[in-house]
Amino acid sequence: MTSTANLMSYEDALSSFDPVMGLEVHVELGTATKMFCGCATEFGGEPNSQVCPTCLGLPGALPVVNRTAVESAIRIGLALNCNIAEWCRFARKNYFYPDMPKNFQTSQYDEPIAFDGYLDVEVQGKTYRVGIERAHMEEDTGKSTHVGGATGRIHGADYSLLDYNRCGIPLIEIVTKPIEGAGELAPEIAKAYVAELRDLIKALGVSEARMELGQMRCDANLSLRPHGQEKFGTRSETKNVNSLRSVERAIRFEIQRHATVLTDGGTIVQETRHFHEDDGTTTAGRVKEEAEDYRYFPEPDLVPVAPSRDWVEELRGTLPEVPSVRRKRLQAEWGISDFDMQSLVNAGAVDAIVDTVAAGADSDAARKWWLGELARSANERGVEVTALPITPAQVARVAALVKAGELNDKLARQVIEGVLAGEGDPDQVVEKRGLKVVSDEGALGAAIDQAIAAQADAVAKIQAGNLGPVGALIGAVMKTTRGQADAARVRELILEKLGVS
Amino acid sequence: MPGITREEVAHLARLSRLELGAEELDHLATQLDDIIGAVARVGEVAADDIPPTSHPLPLTNVMRPDEIRPGLTPEQALSGAPAAEDQRFRVPRILGEEQ
Amino acid sequence: MADLTRLTAAETAARIAAGEVSAVEVAQAHLDRITEVDAKVHAFLHVDTEGALNAAKAVDERRAKGDALGPLAGVPLALKDVFVTQGVPTTCGSKILEGWIPPYDATVTRRLKEAGVVILGKTNMDEFAMGSSTENSAYGPTGNPWDLTRIPGGSGGGSAAALAAFEAPLAIGTDTGGSIRQPGAVTGTVGVKPTYGSVSRYGLVAFSSSLDQGGPCARTVLDAALLHAAIAGHDPLDSTSIDAPVPDVVGAARNGDVRGMRIGVVKEFGGDGYQAGVLERFNESVELLRELGAEVVEISCPHFDYAMPAYYLIAPSEASSNLARFDAMRYGLRVGDNGDRSAEEVMSLTREAGFGPEVKRRIMLGTYALSSGYYDAYYGQAQKVRTLIARDFDAAFAQVDVLISPTTPTTAFPIGERADDPMAMYLADLCTIPSNLAGNAAMSLPCGLAPEDGLPVGLQIIAPTMADDRLYKVGAAVEAAFLDRWGAPLLDQAPAL
Ligand SMILES: [Mg+2]
Ligand SMILES: [Zn+2]
Repeated sequence: MTSTANLMSYEDALSSFDPVMGLEVHVELGTATKMFCGCATEFGGEPNSQVCPTCLGLPGALPVVNRTAVESAIRIGLALNCNIAEWCRFARKNYFYPDMPKNFQTSQYDEPIAFDGYLDVEVQGKTYRVGIERAHMEEDTGKSTHVGGATGRIHGADYSLLDYNRCGIPLIEIVTKPIEGAGELAPEIAKAYVAELRDLIKALGVSEARMELGQMRCDANLSLRPHGQEKFGTRSETKNVNSLRSVERAIRFEIQRHATVLTDGGTIVQETRHFHEDDGTTTAGRVKEEAEDYRYFPEPDLVPVAPSRDWVEELRGTLPEVPSVRRKRLQAEWGISDFDMQSLVNAGAVDAIVDTVAAGADSDAARKWWLGELARSANERGVEVTALPITPAQVARVAALVKAGELNDKLARQVIEGVLAGEGDPDQVVEKRGLKVVSDEGALGAAIDQAIAAQADAVAKIQAGNLGPVGALIGAVMKTTRGQADAARVRELILEKLGVS
Repeated sequence: MPGITREEVAHLARLSRLELGAEELDHLATQLDDIIGAVARVGEVAADDIPPTSHPLPLTNVMRPDEIRPGLTPEQALSGAPAAEDQRFRVPRILGEEQ
Repeated sequence: MADLTRLTAAETAARIAAGEVSAVEVAQAHLDRITEVDAKVHAFLHVDTEGALNAAKAVDERRAKGDALGPLAGVPLALKDVFVTQGVPTTCGSKILEGWIPPYDATVTRRLKEAGVVILGKTNMDEFAMGSSTENSAYGPTGNPWDLTRIPGGSGGGSAAALAAFEAPLAIGTDTGGSIRQPGAVTGTVGVKPTYGSVSRYGLVAFSSSLDQGGPCARTVLDAALLHAAIAGHDPLDSTSIDAPVPDVVGAARNGDVRGMRIGVVKEFGGDGYQAGVLERFNESVELLRELGAEVVEISCPHFDYAMPAYYLIAPSEASSNLARFDAMRYGLRVGDNGDRSAEEVMSLTREAGFGPEVKRRIMLGTYALSSGYYDAYYGQAQKVRTLIARDFDAAFAQVDVLISPTTPTTAFPIGERADDPMAMYLADLCTIPSNLAGNAAMSLPCGLAPEDGLPVGLQIIAPTMADDRLYKVGAAVEAAFLDRWGAPLLDQAPAL
């Protein structure tokens, strides 16, 4: 096992080797029902409450294809610049696993619905074209909970409990061609690809593609070859790398690990590996005693899918703006720099801002909150900004309250904090925490009078034309009102009282 | 056509999740060898230009609308379970990995 | 009153509709008959006395209210234990499903209930429909009512024996390689494999998905047609179901006629390996058809010789995958779960204990045929043979309206004779398999007794896809002519039980 300590540095690894990547992304479609049966797909139901004879693999039950899932697959394929098969079939991938009730997965094998496309991604101002090998339809498995043992993980458990609600939810598996020539940017390109794919899936409206909920899952394959060598090296497959940041880290770690092994004269084993979020390393999966043999064959319970060209063209007409084009448009609309736009993209906040603007906020205010307070909170919690428990509409409401003068920035931050803490909508937080700006001019007047009386020196300077000490008076007022006053209004009133305005 | 070996039969048994006894393995190896020898004749007639038939009917595009249909209650789903706990199927510990 | 168990389904329904007899009386008469003879025949794995009487009572109540009754309302039926029945055990003749009570009904089950058919119980079968003798049932063999020491055919031996033993006037079977027709032939009953896709497979526990087809079993051609019409038709729950009207099989059965028809004798089915008495009866049927006004010609289907090897690759391949779900996790048998063993070990121990030898043989064979390195030579080639067989049929049906052959090369063989000789057993389906591979329709009906053993011989009629009505038109004409010649139904010659 390679420990982090004796890993070769990233720079050294790249001075001898070229990385070659392959990314396999599974997207859970947001259809109302499962791939082959009419069971609901809604997240979070009671265990085994969204099952039927078909998805439970009961004897005699049969599958029927979900038309909307096929439509989504075609739209994804088109958005990825793929060819859409004129005729394709489902196949059975046979292997025994308790999460999979039929002990085969209904998938596609040598006849995927979409093939041979590409997706352009931008890294450091440069565009990379990632080739798409195929996008195919398949079904998700059930979920097991491992009971007993020390860790609650699969190894060492006493037994497992199975819930098949997720079993049969439509998946689209998107496989890239080998990504070559990425060099030191490989980890960033991998991350940018997954991010771009996620944005595309969301823009298509076929899935929310929330990685933290497992709606989008990534397997990252990596191999190294010495500079100048044509032939690919042996690859490792790191399974379930389920955040953008993890994709980047996993690729980086594997580059270093492979380079270390190869430089030490070792050989890379073709194996699956597990990524560990905590320290960014990967470890080997169980070694298989013998090569898996999935015994694929055409699914005899389903008939071929042969999308008519008319249907395909009709679906092409429904494609949304490509995310990269859309970003350029938004950047122009918001009037911000490349750097600022890139920060928004990196923070994964573009859609949230669009939605916040749609909910009535100015784009400046929306950007300010998502990139400031909320990005900070997300960072502290170690989640994507969009995973925070606050909606764009709620952020827009906070912005509206600030604009109306009912909140100042400091109070607004507290309101956001309250919403994130689950205390309710912005208005409920304002109410419960008593965070209204003090706008009662009487109460404010008294506080101002008090401050003026207490700071004669400052008053004298101000009246002599030196406005510097106004801040001290404002500070005193804010202190008295426990921050609940609108600072701009306080300043106005002080200057008015002192006859300076 | 080459005969099937006892090792191959053992490998097939593992792939098929059948814990065959030694005697059964021997017996099956002999029988499978006979059967495979007989069915290998399919190689005699079917030329490259013959398309395979996987379905007896030339149907395509059988799809259903994306509409929820009532399924089973959890009680019905679990009614045949050899063991259940917390409204889930209870199964022995799982060694392998999802693929 | 006449013995209610000797009536045809059509007569029974007519008497119930006319109020001459109640559905409950009819059901009870059959339940009594089962009590009387089934210990010897063992056609049933499960008799649902309460369910049957309740269903019969419901029919009587509907009649009393003046509701219109369907053409089979109140008629008892024996259901092959491969169709799931909500609340009633379904085992497929396997230990691995012992005690399993399905939480849902097959489409065929539902349609039977909606037609007012009274389901008496579930019939014995070769485990997961794999076999030609019903000896592969985990619950013991079924006897042939003509001679209880002989096999009733298989896999649907229980359904055919129930008819021949007058335990039910109607039964349902499934035919993957001949499992309706071959039992029909050796028990002197009528069995039809409808066009693939015309009877829903939803709730039919799959053996080989691209070959399995449910169908009617009866003692007369008309009864088979009535049952055919009740169960056939499009089902949105089965993707391979044909969305087109079912041919008028009942009309055809009521108007048997072969005048002016061209009928082809399959050249490849005869000669060596065929029992002399079977060929004698078959040739007599050919002469009969000529006398009735048909033009009979010989037709060659050169690739039919390869049907059996193709079948014994395709069916086991699909079966190896279809039967993977029996793994001790969600339903059925669980063996060896001592708290220490892994799921993988428990799966293997359960499947070892729960499946019989023929099922294991076919799972292994199918796993082999699909595995990498062998797929192209076996499964792939078999699928090409399937194309060639379909082309043979197309060429034949361009020249003739229907094809005929013996249903099976021999009459019923003694129980145990071929039990551990799979290759010999597989020969029983030689003539029936091509229609499963091509998906077209076929019928077996009695054409007399073989002189050497006095056992029934079946005549197979084969029609093009979705021309199932031709089977009934020809079958009804042959049946009427034979009845005329024999003076009584063939089954009247069967020994008393
Ligand atoms: Mg996959
Ligand atoms: Zn379902």
